Amino acid sequence: MSAPALDARGIWRDFSGHPVLRGVDLTVEAGETVVLLGPNGAGKSTLLRILALLLRPRAGEIRIGGHDAGRERAEAVRRVGYLGHESGCYPDLSARENLAFYADLFGVADAVHTDELLAWTGLADAERRPLRACSRGMVQRVALARALLHRPALVLLDEPFTGLDPAATEALDARLRALRREGAAALITVHDVARAASLGTRVLILHAGRLAWTSGGAVADPAALAETYRAVTAGRG
Amino acid sequence: MRAVLAIVRKDLLIEWRTRETVVTTAVLGILLVTVLAVAHDPTPAAAPALVAPVVWAAVVFTGLLGVERGFLLEREQDCLGGLRGAPIDPTALYVAKLLVNVLLLSVTQAVVVPLTGLFLRVDLWHAVPSLVVVLFLGTVGFAAVATLFAFVTVRLRTRQVMLPLLVLPLLMPLLIAAVKATEAVLGPGLGTARDAVGVLVSFDVIFVTAGLLLFPAIIRD
Repeated sequence: MSAPALDARGIWRDFSGHPVLRGVDLTVEAGETVVLLGPNGAGKSTLLRILALLLRPRAGEIRIGGHDAGRERAEAVRRVGYLGHESGCYPDLSARENLAFYADLFGVADAVHTDELLAWTGLADAERRPLRACSRGMVQRVALARALLHRPALVLLDEPFTGLDPAATEALDARLRALRREGAAALITVHDVARAASLGTRVLILHAGRLAWTSGGAVADPAALAETYRAVTAGRG
Repeated sequence: MRAVLAIVRKDLLIEWRTRETVVTTAVLGILLVTVLAVAHDPTPAAAPALVAPVVWAAVVFTGLLGVERGFLLEREQDCLGGLRGAPIDPTALYVAKLLVNVLLLSVTQAVVVPLTGLFLRVDLWHAVPSLVVVLFLGTVGFAAVATLFAFVTVRLRTRQVMLPLLVLPLLMPLLIAAVKATEAVLGPGLGTARDAVGVLVSFDVIFVTAGLLLFPAIIRD
């Protein structure tokens, strides 16, 4: 049996003594799309940055594709594609230049895959157009293409739908479903309960730094999920 | 090596497109040299002694501005996170930024140093080869320290204050040696400033090595 795409145990993190994550255990198997819900300040973004190996937990262990993130960081990080609140792309470079730069860093030699992702961004013909001159939706597509460039086995997306218009939302939705079909594991944070129900093969609710609820499987009834979400997060703050 | 070349190429492409660092540092350098030359208004006999302090004052202030601007590139859109999430040796990022900083600061110096000679009415042409050697050694040491501390301060709100506060005290041995070596270049010759050149070389070796060793720990969180 192959190792899970992600196995995190006892993740604990505080900022200036204020605990944000209080012992999170989380496993994501290959082909799963796990959606993480939670109110603002629940620790979702912190958890994703830790799992993307950009922030060190105070305590806990992370294994990515069976590789210990502490001892085998390079192997672990090679398997992760992360998209945070900001694009990670250089605004003064074009989409092609950004993807070519990250392809160099990740040692991606597959030009066909890079061109296919570039075509998906809709900016393949805009050779000289810097991202600074592109819409939020276009930049978000380039940012996702950057995260998927090296065919990661684990994709971590932090509120990827924020600020997108319906067409860009639909394109991103389709891309995420294609990823699942290709066998990649995904952990995605969203605020929209209905989207969580439609997108996830499993839904988790993070509340006050702890995983407070898990669906155990796909959610068939978004209304029931919304009710559960309200009940779990009631009394916060 | 692949990552170093990719980062250097990317930084130079952005600089070529925006010209932000070279233009702003060159303008600051020209202003500094003009103010210092006008403020001193030296006699022809006293002017040569002013070249070295004016040049190195300009190098320090334009250098601090240039290095800081270079790191703002990585801060915008959390591009630094993108670099840290790539499977590259962290020292590749330090080496690449060091190379870019040395290159861009050298371009600024190519503008500022001749202007210093012009404003102070001192002929620098006879000393160009030795002057280039001293400027290069001083710039490498300056960039080695400033690059390291630019990463330390890049996420601080007070980075514009903190970077000079952290860097300038460390740079004092380098600046004293650089001024002495430059004075020798413009006077009796570089051969008379072996001690100063020795300090410059030692400073470069020590702080480039320290940067390579410390950088992975600094960049980790």
